[in-house]
This record gives sequence, C-alpha cells and structure tokens, in this order.
Amino acid sequence: MRDVAVIGIGIQKWGELWDRSLRDLWVEAALNAIGDAGVDRIDSMYVGCMAPGLFVGQEHLGSLLADYLGVCPIPATRVESACCSGGLALRSGFIEVASGMSDIVLVSGVEKMTDVDGGGATYALATAADGDYEVYQGATFPGLYAMVARDYMHRYGLTREELAQVAVKNHANGSLNPHAQYPMKLTLEGVINSTLIADPLRLMDCSPITDGAAAAIICPLEMAKDLSKQPPVKVAGVGAATDRIALHDRDDFCEFAATVHSSQAAYKMAGVGPADINFCEVHDCFTIAELCVIEALGFFERGTAGKATAAGETALGGKMPINTSGGLKSKGHPVGATGIGQLHEAVTQLRGAAGKRQVKDARRGMMQNMGGSGGSTVCHILEVV
Amino acid sequence: MAFIPSYWRETPQRYRYEGNKCVKCEHKCDCEGRVFFPPRRVCDPWCGCQMEPVTIATTGKLLTYTIIRIPPTQFSDEAPYALGVCEMDDGARLTAQVVDCPLDQIEIGMPVKIEFRRIQQDGEAGILMYGYKVIPA
Amino acid sequence: MVGIVGYGAYIPRNRIKLETIAEVWGADAAAYKRGLMLYEKSVPSPDQDVITMTVEAARHAVTRAGIDPDDIGAVYVGSESHPYAVKPTGTLVAEALGATPSVHVADFEFACKAGSESMFVAMSHVKAGEMKYALGVGADTSQGAPGDALEYSASAGSAAFIMGTDDLVAECLHTYSFCTDTPDFWRREYQFYPQHAGRFTGEPAYFKHTFGCARGLMERAGMTPEDFNFCVFHQPNGKFPANAARKLGFTKEQNEAGWLSPWLGNTYSGASPMGLTAILDIARPGDKILMVSYGSGAGSDGFVWQCTDRLPEVQGLAPQTRPQLDENKVYLSYGQYAKYREKIKRAH
Repeated sequence: MRDVAVIGIGIQKWGELWDRSLRDLWVEAALNAIGDAGVDRIDSMYVGCMAPGLFVGQEHLGSLLADYLGVCPIPATRVESACCSGGLALRSGFIEVASGMSDIVLVSGVEKMTDVDGGGATYALATAADGDYEVYQGATFPGLYAMVARDYMHRYGLTREELAQVAVKNHANGSLNPHAQYPMKLTLEGVINSTLIADPLRLMDCSPITDGAAAAIICPLEMAKDLSKQPPVKVAGVGAATDRIALHDRDDFCEFAATVHSSQAAYKMAGVGPADINFCEVHDCFTIAELCVIEALGFFERGTAGKATAAGETALGGKMPINTSGGLKSKGHPVGATGIGQLHEAVTQLRGAAGKRQVKDARRGMMQNMGGSGGSTVCHILEVV
Repeated sequence: MAFIPSYWRETPQRYRYEGNKCVKCEHKCDCEGRVFFPPRRVCDPWCGCQMEPVTIATTGKLLTYTIIRIPPTQFSDEAPYALGVCEMDDGARLTAQVVDCPLDQIEIGMPVKIEFRRIQQDGEAGILMYGYKVIPA
Repeated sequence: MVGIVGYGAYIPRNRIKLETIAEVWGADAAAYKRGLMLYEKSVPSPDQDVITMTVEAARHAVTRAGIDPDDIGAVYVGSESHPYAVKPTGTLVAEALGATPSVHVADFEFACKAGSESMFVAMSHVKAGEMKYALGVGADTSQGAPGDALEYSASAGSAAFIMGTDDLVAECLHTYSFCTDTPDFWRREYQFYPQHAGRFTGEPAYFKHTFGCARGLMERAGMTPEDFNFCVFHQPNGKFPANAARKLGFTKEQNEAGWLSPWLGNTYSGASPMGLTAILDIARPGDKILMVSYGSGAGSDGFVWQCTDRLPEVQGLAPQTRPQLDENKVYLSYGQYAKYREKIKRAH
C-alpha cells in the first residue's frame, strides 16, 4: 500500500443556499479543491451523499457530477453511509490511491437539504434509522439521541448545563470560521431555554439542516511534491466500522462501539494512540454525541466528558481541542458533505492556516464521522509530513 | 401512500410479537439463548445456530426514554409522546411508545407490558396501521 | 351443551366526568346525573379503536378459555364504530390472535346489539357442530354529538367471548330474540354523528324490546325473575337498565354486579356483554344470569346463562372488568376529550 496525502481542499460557506442547486454546490467545491491543489487532471472521483433521491429527486450522482465538472469519462462513485457518507468517500478514495489503481483522486461530499420542507427533511433523515422497528414506532433522530442523553445522565450524573457547554463551545469556535452556517455565539441560558425537541434535548442541542459541499484532492505521498505547491498532509490512519443499526439492539447505549472499533483501527494503522492526537473533528450531530464520542475515541474516561467540557478541556485553547471548526452544530451539517468538511478543517489546521482557530503546534489531527445513531463510523488520522 | 406490502409483511411481528431464538449454537457463542426481535436468519454466517420461532415476552422494563415534542408529520397530533427502549423479560429489545402514563411519571427501570394499539394512519383515506406500544405494568 | 368457554373485557383508562361536559354546554350537570344516573364515562385514546380494544379483550378470552387460537373457527366482531367502512375488523383480530387462515370472519352491526348478535351467531355455529370454538365480540368507540344528550354517555370498551361445547364456564340454556322495525336512533352514511328521536327512544324502543325479549325468554325457559341470581340489560345510561330490572320484577341486588354504565358510560355494542363479563368475574357455580341486549332500529337478544364448576378456575387468569373500570383512571379536560374523539381537528 502506498502512502496517501491530501494536496488540495475546497469548500464554500454552508447554509440555506436557495440559489444554488446540488450540482452548483458540488462543482463549486470541486473546482476550489482542484484549484487549491493545482493539479491538471483527476483520475477518479468519489462523492459522499446520503439521500439525493429523497431531497432533490436525483440519483446517479456519479454521472451527473462528472458531467458538470467536465471530467467525463473518469470513473465516479457515489458513496452512502448516512451521515458518514463523506468520511466513507474519503476512505474509498484512499483505497484507490493506496492500492495503486489511481494517482489523483477527488474525494468529496454534498447534500442539498432545503428543497424539501421540514417534514420532508425529517423523513429523509429518518431513513438512517431502522425504518420498520424504530421510525415506524415514532422515533426521530433527536428522540434517539435524547434516549442516549437520558441514559448518560442517569448513569453518570451529567447535568443539563454541562451538556449545553458543548454547544456554547462549538459556537465560540464557529464564530471564528468564515464558512460556518451559524457563526453566532451562544450563551448557556440561550441553549438551556431553547425549544424542547425531545426531552432532554433542545433546539440548541441539535445540528441544523444545511446545504453545502466540500472536496479534496488526494494522491500518493511520493508524488505530492511534484503535483502540488501545497504542503502535503499524510493520511496516516484510516478505520471504519459498523454497529447494530437500532439503538435498542446495543448493549451499551453510550458506548458508540463503531467509533471505538474504527478509531482503534485508525490508531493501529498510524501507529499512535489518543495521547498523540492534537485536535479532533467529531460528529456532534447532537451535543450528547460529542460527549460520548470523545470518550469512545479514548480522549476521556467514560462518564467524564461532560465535566471535561465544562472545565474547558475541549475548547480551542484546551488540552484536547474538539471541533475547532465549530462542529456540525455551528458549521452546519449537509449530511454527505460533513466528513469532507471535517477533512477541510483538519488539513487547514495541519497547514497552519486556521488563523484565529489555529491549534498551536498542530502536527496530528483526527476526524470521526458517524452515520445514524452510530450504526457506522469512519475515522481518519492526518499528519504533517 | 403507505408502503402497503412492507406493512403487511411485518404483521407477524406487529400483531403477534413473533421473534426467534437461537436455541443451540454449534460454536457455543454468547448468542445461544438470545431472543431476536424481529426474527433473524442468522446470528452470523458461521455460527450454525439452530433458530426457533418464539413469541417474545410481553412484560419487561424500560431502559431509557424520551418525550418527543417535535414529531414526524404522521405523528403530529400525538405530540408530546413518550418513546422508550424496552428490554422484555426474555431479553428481547424493542423501541415503542410508552402510553397510558403521565409523562412526568415515566422513569428508567419501570416495569412495562406490551399493549396492541394503532400506530399510524395514512391520512384520512389510507390504511390504518397497528402494532405494539407499552403501558406501565 | 353450548356456551362460554372463555371471556375477556377491555376498558380504556381515560375518563371524563359528566360535569366537565355539562360545563362547556351550560347544562345542569346535577339534573343530568340524577335523571340519567351517569357520573363519568370511558374515553379511548387516539391510538385506540374497536380493533385494538378487541385484540386485548379477545386475548383475555383466549387465556381464560385455555385454547389454541388455531382452533377458533370463526371471529365475529359486532360494533357500530368499526374503524373501516369497508375492510373487516374481524380479519385483523383473527390475525392478531393467530386464528388465521382457517377461520370464518364477519363483522356485525345493529346499533348497540351488534355484540350480542355476534355472540348468538358464534354460539349457533358451535352448536351446529360446524367448528370447535367461535369468538363473538361486542365493542364500540361510539360518538355523541357535541352538546347532545348522548355526549354524556357514548363511551368505549370491548367484551369478547369464546363459545364452545366443552369445558364451559357458563352454559347457555335458552336464547330468544325480539326485533321490529323501529326508527329510534340511526346514522346515515357520511354523517359523523348519529341522530335519535328523543323521548321516542324510551318506551316504544328500548323498553318495548327489552321487555318483549325478557318476557319471551323467561316464558320459553319456564323461569321467573326469582330463578335468577343476576340480570343484565342494555345500559345506555344508569337509569334505563335500573328501571327495566325493576319493572320486570328483578331486585336492585340482582342488577348490581352487571350495572357498569354510571361509571363506564354506554359502550354500545359492548354494553350488556361487558355487564356479563363483570358478572362472570364474581359469579359462583350454578348461578343463573338473564342477559337482554338492545340495539336501536330495533331489537333485543336474550340469553339465559348458567355458571359451571369451571368458572372459578378462570376468573383470575386475566384482567377482570371492575378493576379496569375503577383503577388507573386518567381524567381528561373537555379540550383533550374533543381532540381525542376528533370533534376538533388540526387544520392542515
């Protein structure tokens, strides 16, 4: 297997982008990535997208997007794993480069969520859960994560205030991110008093509905210097795992076993451990998800993430900065694009180009991207070369 | 329009709570004795488990729950409603609404039992859809 | 020998008090309570209907009968509030019980008599030797129009009976039906609420048929009120069955056990059948029960039941009727009641 590097990244400001279609958003991000890398060709492309059929009535994205980028006849693969479609697209592209099958691969993600109304969006997102045994019974995603939150609170004594600090911290970071959908700061009171969605989760515990795309160019590390002026960032570790799809079939609702397994695979491949990671972009689809996941990744002991967050340990200047981009909560969550958005932030940090969000001496970063209520997870570890 | 064939296909589970149980595992994994709901064909491709149909236990306890206040469209008139994860006495796990209980009296660990209820309806003219919810036992 | 092998009842937990309804319409609650002998009634939750209540009641009946549901040869459900206008209630009940596919299914209707007639037909098939067991059910979630007198009484419940020839808990000694064409209460298609003919629903309707049936039944049976331990009549309110019992020569004590309506309301097709389940819950071997239903339109089905030695063995095997009536009650406001009963609907 060859070593793989990221040599270009592209994104746009995410939000409710009424005037841009799915193909507009994706082409914009792809061109930004190609321009950033400075490559004059791509050999293959991967697009992470959860539900274009349900959101915009369009499948066959491989053909559509290769066509509109003007790169036919290259092979194009649409990848789906609910909310970790983007992360899985990166892993899939990585394999194609590492195996020697292709040299320059575009990995990307996109989701156009605002062409349907709230009910339509809820319906589309719910297809990430067990349709016949969770959704049919009345489950929603906030409801599933609320049940995780209630279990966590029951077992570890997490308070409503501690949980809210995740949102406050992520918005503080997002306010420094020019691409964030919601860059405004939040107060603790604002989070705790926001509309109840599913007890105990409130509106400000939940990531938003977002339109957006992100893309990156990867290539063999040994070719990076010849292909691009950008400092290459090595993809040192890749891990992916699955878990039982229905929350009710998990032995431990707060464990997020797919995060445990996929991160362990990534650590093993990179030859490092949690203590060697300088920052991590995690999948905070809901505030409780961030707490459970940073424990599953090995950064904090089980049951302590709430207190650690409240104490500032995961803040920008803390000992383990989590979601310096603002996370899904502030940056936005265009489902299929999120995993590549996390990549964009990690590469920016490792290039030393994160400006006010810069983590000092960042040399190794991690991304954790998760589907549904944790049924699938993909983790990557990136390193400065 | 509701997906009628897929609704009909699940009626043994929704009406009669049929699951299955691994009664004997050739490799003596920890799946032996496990009750699956809905029924599964295999524990994994190599266990060689002997599966038998069972009706799952209709009493159990509530492991965790939430009160859904912003519902999906098909449940709009029911919000707020309680949704919980239950572990039945034979180990079967399921997700179900918790009804006939004031919302502020629901608690983790409370004993529950299955009751047959209407789950959804497909608008004013579509089919009615039934299944299981739980009530305080 | 033919009769009941197993029985079961289901009453939803919600209640609404008569005063709560009267207050909204500016009616004199005290006068209604005195006049009708009604205090509160059951209200189904939005996720309950004749199908859901019947599945539960029928499961209790199967438990008491101690039979394999596969041996049920027929499922008959009588109601005037079947959830579908076209698609049987009975098939879903049969599927939920595990009685399919070798089963005959039919839905019955005849205002409040639909329950007793499904019991009658179930019993007839078993008596004719057509099948080992047959299920007859009376269940309703009927509506009373807002502000109408019927709003105080229209309630919800289900009573189910497995009929057979062996291991009976109550043998049917005699039956008699008394029917005429009498337009006292009706509902036209596409109308949400029924209509009724006021005071005409009393003497020429309820009482004429109840008395005609009771007297005809006792005459054919060669019995008088003194021969019975219990009586149960159709119970559209508390007053009518109390009057009927008295006028026929039954005592208050004989009428007591099956007299549920003051606290349950009128469960329409479930009314006298559920009075019967309440009696069976506490009756002793050898006790004789007179049951006379009434359905507007109009007609009455009468039965003479005699309890057997097996009855005490099954009484405790499934939830009983009175505890469901008296315990775990949840009282609703008028607004909640109106929403549950779809008297008001969200604008879409």
